[in-house]
Amino acid sequence: MRGSRKRKEGRNEELRNLSLSGHVGFDSLPDQLVNKSTSQGFCFNILCVGETGIGKSTLMDTLFNTKFESDPATHNEPGVRLKARSYELQESNVRLKLTIVDTVGFGDQINKDDSYKPIVEYIDAQFEAYLQEELKIKRSLFNYHDTRIHACLYFIAPTGHSLKSLDLVTMKKLDSKVNIIPIIAKADTIAKNELHKFKSKIMSELVSNGVQIYQFPTDEETVAEINATMSVHLPFAVVGSTEEVKIGNKMAKARQYPWGVVQVENENHCDFVKLREMLIRVNMEDLREQTHTRHYELYRRCKLEEMGFKDTDPDSKPFSLQETYEAKRNEFLGELQKKEEEMRQMFVMRVKEKEAELKEAEKELHEKFDLLKRTHQEEKKKVEDKKKDLEEEVSNFQKKKAAAQLLQAQAQQSGAQQTKKDKDKKK
Amino acid sequence: MDKEYVGFAALPNQLHRKSVKKGFDFTLMVAGESGLGKSTLINSLFLTNLYEDRQVPDASARTTQTLTIERRAVEIEEGGIKVKLTLVDTPGFGDSVDCSDCWLPVVRFIEEQFEQYLRDESGLNRKNIQDSRVHCCLYFISPFGRGLRPLDVAFLRAVHEKVNIIPVIAKADALMPRETQVLKQKIRDQLKEEEINIYQFPECDSDEDEEFKKQNEEMKGSIPFAVVGSCEVVRDGGTRPVRGRRYSWGTVEVENPHHCDFLNLRRMLVQTHLQDLKEVTHDLLYEGYRARCLQNLARPGARDRASRSSLDPIPALPGPTACNLAPHSCAACKKCWRRCKLRCSRTRLRASSQILCEILTAA
Repeated sequence: MRGSRKRKEGRNEELRNLSLSGHVGFDSLPDQLVNKSTSQGFCFNILCVGETGIGKSTLMDTLFNTKFESDPATHNEPGVRLKARSYELQESNVRLKLTIVDTVGFGDQINKDDSYKPIVEYIDAQFEAYLQEELKIKRSLFNYHDTRIHACLYFIAPTGHSLKSLDLVTMKKLDSKVNIIPIIAKADTIAKNELHKFKSKIMSELVSNGVQIYQFPTDEETVAEINATMSVHLPFAVVGSTEEVKIGNKMAKARQYPWGVVQVENENHCDFVKLREMLIRVNMEDLREQTHTRHYELYRRCKLEEMGFKDTDPDSKPFSLQETYEAKRNEFLGELQKKEEEMRQMFVMRVKEKEAELKEAEKELHEKFDLLKRTHQEEKKKVEDKKKDLEEEVSNFQKKKAAAQLLQAQAQQSGAQQTKKDKDKKK
Repeated sequence: MDKEYVGFAALPNQLHRKSVKKGFDFTLMVAGESGLGKSTLINSLFLTNLYEDRQVPDASARTTQTLTIERRAVEIEEGGIKVKLTLVDTPGFGDSVDCSDCWLPVVRFIEEQFEQYLRDESGLNRKNIQDSRVHCCLYFISPFGRGLRPLDVAFLRAVHEKVNIIPVIAKADALMPRETQVLKQKIRDQLKEEEINIYQFPECDSDEDEEFKKQNEEMKGSIPFAVVGSCEVVRDGGTRPVRGRRYSWGTVEVENPHHCDFLNLRRMLVQTHLQDLKEVTHDLLYEGYRARCLQNLARPGARDRASRSSLDPIPALPGPTACNLAPHSCAACKKCWRRCKLRCSRTRLRASSQILCEILTAA
């Protein structure tokens, strides 16, 4: 009794800080974690949203220093579709399973009202797949290939004025589902003085329309400073290139124009280096975490609430889940039974109807048969009468014929007798 | 035989004087998506500030914006020659999310101008006919894509038989030279495939000098023009001030033929073919519209048939006319003589179309 009370008190009080008198060794815990993750390999999924020809594939090639082969799309796609390709990359001893999802045909149609729908559906489908895996009885989340989108790079066309209406509409639909990082593509079209105005116009439009883009985390001291300084340069104005040009005495990724050479990795020329730092070197893990803890949880909550689950108390959560599950199941079974009954009744009714129909048909047939029979009999009788009449006539005729013949014979005989008598007389 | 000098070789000069007194007018339409640099290019072309107080609307306002037609008229003067330039702008084109049929107001506008001219021409008092017909349409194609988009094709299809189209690749400083060539070829192929008739440069006369012919061929080969516009003058250290765009890695010079085709466009539009654009509008496109209109009036039952059939083939501008004027050997006279030739051919064409109309009404 006393022991349990003390335990209860201990839980409500603050935890006491103890100092160690020697080296225990649990400071290697992060290393253990890192080793474990490294041996498993990391996984990262990027979604690139932007119009055809804006430079999505080229930027991916430049970012990851690899040639991801793909056919460039034309402007004649009838609708937006998503193309996902996975690659295995390795750098020192770290393996990365990278999936790049492209929007093909975005911004090409004349009526772009439904352009955002395939993108939203794809993101939801990945969340759904993860949710299904989580809800399974026998699940294996530790080696589940996570396909949820961790970062969405939104490519803004360098018009120099502001966002396009399609950009605004699409980003609003995506901001609660994925971490959006807006970037200005083909930034070598914008002169330095115009760039600043363009960037601030874009950011103010995003803010005034309530679009929530990804915020670089500033809570951790090691990265807070660099993240804060980089955030000022959003959206990053990038240039991509896979071709190398000789600059000075070394080769560098660049675009060569008649009036100069734009170097991709020169911070004075564009913000490519900043994007690479932020996306890959500093915040990749944070992006994954945000996707899991914020976007995925939001999706999960909405989905489960739709299905009818509710949280009553944090304490009784496991129970209410089970109860609700049971209740749902019973409900479902009850519904099934009701449906079965209905179907059975309908079946019986149908059978009865059919039977009645068939009986009717049978009766009709019988009647027809009787009628035919009667008609047949009548006909037969008529024919017999006629036959009798005919026979009578024939017999009459025969009699008459016989009588006539007799008469004729008699007449002949009397004639012969008369002749004989005459002959006798003459003698 | 030595002809005695009569003096009508001075006719071209008289023509020149009269035209200077009358002044010229030209209507130019610019069309294309927002943010492609149309206003900047027009300012660069005519070296004035036509778009001083522009308000560019926000993206949220543009989501369901419909296309409006804006007309701006300015009078510019150079070397004693006055030109009344009317600019027709199409703000809102391609801005909204649903752009279906967004080109209809443009088509209606062009046809309205033709209708107005037809009415004026057929009226009783024809002293001061104002020509508000659109003589040329500069269509801006985005350099960020891979050729013409469905919206571009739909717009060009809707207007190609009604106005002279000159396709232009905007913001060409986004493209490296190789990429420019690829894009131009792609656009040319697409235009041929979709059977869109853009403005065709007239062939050079055989008596022109080689230099001019070569220039003309070069110009024809570089359609669609890849242009860069700028209103800023950049003063680099040692070099002279040029109109251009300054980047950290270099400066694009608008008037440098190695950087972009701006010079070609300006030369073609303003210096050499302005009059030809007007004449093609008048002799080909307007006559086509007129014939269709009158055909519909003459036979109301044939309206369906007329609308379904393609444009009636109007004979192309004939070659050298029956003008028996011998050209003077000096270059200025040659130019005037060329212009006079075309005017004569126009009169002949008018006569033949009148005959056509009579035939149609009689039928």
